[in-house]
Amino acid sequence: MSELHHIGLTGLAAGLRARRFSSVELAEAFLKRIEASQGALNAFISVTRAQALSDAAAADRALAAGTGGALTGVPIAHKDLFCTQGVRTTCGSRMLDDFVSPYDATVVAKLKRAGAVMLGKTNMDEFAMGSSNETSYYGPVRNPWDQRLVPGGSSGGSAAAVAARLVPGATATDTGGSIRQPAALCGITGLKPTYGRVSRYGMVAFASSLDQGGVLTTSAADAALMLREMAGFDPNDSTSVEREVPDYVAQLDAPLAGLKVGLLKEFFDKGLDPENERRVREALKVFEGLGAKLTEVSLPNLPLSVPVYYVVAPAECSSNLARFDGVRYGHRCENPRDLLDLYRRSRGEGFGAEVKRRIMTGTYVLSAGYYDAYYLKAQRVRQLISADFTRAFADVDVVMGPTTPTPAFAIGAKTSDPITMYLNDIYTIGANLAGLPGVSVPCGFVGELPVGLQIVGPHFSEARLLSAAHAFQGATDWHTRVPGGFA
Amino acid sequence: MSAWESVIGLEIHAQLATRSKIFSGSATAYGAPPNTQANLVDLGYPGVLPVLNGAAVRMAVKLGLAINARIAPTSVFARKNYFYPDLPKGYQISQYELPIVAQGALDIVLDDGTVKRVGITRAHLEEDAGKSLHEGLPGATGVDLNRAGTPLVEIVSEPDLRSAKEAVAYMKKVHTLVRYLEICDGNMQEGSFRCDANVSVRKAGAAKLGTRAEIKNLNSFRFVERAINYEIERQIELLEAGGSVVQETRLYDPDRGETRSMRSKEEANDYRYFPDPDLLPVALDAAFIESVRATLPELPDQKAARFMSQHGLSAYDAGVLTASRELADYYEAVVRAAPADAKLAANWVMGELAAALNKESLEIGASRMTAGRLAGLLKRISDQTISGKLAKEVFEAMWSGGAEADAVIAERGLKQITDSAAIERVIDEVMQKNPGQLAEYRAGKDKLFGFFVGQVMKATAGKANPAQLNELLRKKLSG
Repeated sequence: MSELHHIGLTGLAAGLRARRFSSVELAEAFLKRIEASQGALNAFISVTRAQALSDAAAADRALAAGTGGALTGVPIAHKDLFCTQGVRTTCGSRMLDDFVSPYDATVVAKLKRAGAVMLGKTNMDEFAMGSSNETSYYGPVRNPWDQRLVPGGSSGGSAAAVAARLVPGATATDTGGSIRQPAALCGITGLKPTYGRVSRYGMVAFASSLDQGGVLTTSAADAALMLREMAGFDPNDSTSVEREVPDYVAQLDAPLAGLKVGLLKEFFDKGLDPENERRVREALKVFEGLGAKLTEVSLPNLPLSVPVYYVVAPAECSSNLARFDGVRYGHRCENPRDLLDLYRRSRGEGFGAEVKRRIMTGTYVLSAGYYDAYYLKAQRVRQLISADFTRAFADVDVVMGPTTPTPAFAIGAKTSDPITMYLNDIYTIGANLAGLPGVSVPCGFVGELPVGLQIVGPHFSEARLLSAAHAFQGATDWHTRVPGGFA
Repeated sequence: MSAWESVIGLEIHAQLATRSKIFSGSATAYGAPPNTQANLVDLGYPGVLPVLNGAAVRMAVKLGLAINARIAPTSVFARKNYFYPDLPKGYQISQYELPIVAQGALDIVLDDGTVKRVGITRAHLEEDAGKSLHEGLPGATGVDLNRAGTPLVEIVSEPDLRSAKEAVAYMKKVHTLVRYLEICDGNMQEGSFRCDANVSVRKAGAAKLGTRAEIKNLNSFRFVERAINYEIERQIELLEAGGSVVQETRLYDPDRGETRSMRSKEEANDYRYFPDPDLLPVALDAAFIESVRATLPELPDQKAARFMSQHGLSAYDAGVLTASRELADYYEAVVRAAPADAKLAANWVMGELAAALNKESLEIGASRMTAGRLAGLLKRISDQTISGKLAKEVFEAMWSGGAEADAVIAERGLKQITDSAAIERVIDEVMQKNPGQLAEYRAGKDKLFGFFVGQVMKATAGKANPAQLNELLRKKLSG
């Protein structure tokens, strides 16, 4: 039997049920890896060792009694913007450095109910605003493939943790690519579900109309299992959709032959690194070999997605983050002179530069006199982008392209130029604007660095995306590669 | 004064009588200890989300139907962004571009009896903010979020009102309506029903509106009238002195009877409204709207018209008796028990009963005189068992004692004497005892007639039927 950390989430769940190892053993093994890697990767903000071991012991008792759920005893980690009762939830911000949530996010509660054991909370860009994990108050996360490089963001901690096999699976969120982009840069599988598929209740909001919780795992099969347990309608989230959750695991082996794949013309633009492009085109060949039919599709409005996103997301964030005012929870400045001083200094001290930049941008685009020119226009273009996708899906089942323009870049390389940083999400933002599900799977290496293939499908096509990704992973072994030093 | 015309529009905030808040499951009951009725959603905790209370939607639709408004098939919640300690999220969820109710109207009756139609631009749903507390907190401000998230419907009138009196009449009409509809308890002291008044003046006959001032948070009819009158005078004085009115928010100080400029909630008055992405648009189909229509009660105007035709009441009496549903129900219960005396019942309900309630500051629902007992009394008046004058004594005894009319009449021997022979006997006695006055009367001193009436009434303890007494006495005295 291979070492525990190479087994993967599905295998671990099965092994636990077969009592080949205990949940406590698993928790100990993974906690040891987390603690050993922390100095190198900085993937975690909080490690909840004591709670994890006690939960694991309880899981073992449930397994012994035969009362376990689908994930009983399986260790996971949560991105630190999912509220966890009694555990600090920082959002990577000084603002919430001491914030202990009094309740569990719906995703956290569902995974708890399924039996998963949380080992800790992962590092992230502050309030999920960033593409490199460099905006975290807790310092950057380092890419396990090369520690001089970023892991991507904003779910960089979750991605690095899964890539380095510190946990077999982690929750993450994706507002403009924050699951798929770090998945690509870390060489793992990342699924962003359809908007409304997973409850946002208890997920600290960045941009409410774009935020969607999802998963980071080492394989599509593991993603299917984890998603099945966390998806579904939630009466506490009005934007979650009342629609049955399919058994994604049972549908993994759906035949791929005849799948109509659209190659996204706009994704193969001049910004795409030629080596990266080569890996993606090789992956498309694999799909062709599996029986998929490739055609080129064009989404003419897609190149507008970055500017649209950087109007809509900051607008929503400027309002969503207004609640952090130093009055009820979170950072509060010392000895405020008056109310205005309390607001100014609490927020000035509590938020980092990128968060402030977006709050200011958002405040600006919503202001009287600018609203029509920016916010309304962006919403109109957003409709056009959605319509482009709808048209494309009349002809093809899924669209494919690169997840990112380049592999991981150096820490510090883009921090001085936000626009260059924002362009990192150029291929991922479209799916968020249209509310579509997307998955990124490892499709090879540029030098020593992994790159990802992105598959986007119509609303609620997660089962289709996962079975396509699963078929690809049956034909390739990129997803089994582990960064040196974490084998 | 007549050279100027005042133009007034009201924004009425009515707290909806839902059991829980508009976007959370917390209770809305008034008066609980601070922050005991505020859950994580009301406190604006990280990650929480609003979920719309369907009962609030039904109530808003009910109002819309009652004012013949258009019910929007799709309405949208928007965020109104500003910072304030009693606003936990840093924004209020309201409706902006697409309100749930638009283009309605209500009729008011003016002093001269003419009917005026007041346009209602829109009515939209929104959440209330919390309260800042200063009492007992020297040098600090406390925040009570019990009220945060309480559902409100904001009813915005057209600038159709031309005087403080009209504004009050309109506000009373809305107050009556929301209580008929049972969508608001109308309690103004607790802030369940309050308004902002937009006031401007212009030269009589001018087409263009003057610059307006908004007077915030008026929570009594009296304050509305006084504040508007003060503001009208202030603006006229200002304009006549060559000044100009500044568009601003003002606050009415009831102690000093004046309005004064209020610092705005934020420096720049830009609320940056945008559709709330946490809430779906509210889509209402015809079937839903009809299901709400089916729950509409008889409305005040309909009821008043019926009282006039069915009970023969004047427009004024019908208006008074339908001012609240409880009062109208009480009146109709009296009429049901004493069907022949509908007009008499109106007089008694608006007269003695209203006075008795008023004296003890009681609402009609707390009346110590039930409709059935009052009807019992009215029957004894109309069948001449007692005189109208003695009836007041009976009423008082019934009010304080709780007995039925017949019991009071019997116990106190108040039954009217209608036997002519009996009355004549008393008249004879009185004439015998007062020969001097009798002679004077017969010599032409007519004024003494009242003296003889008084003597007979005294002798009968006021029980002689007055009409009979008058007739018999006149006959006897004239010999």
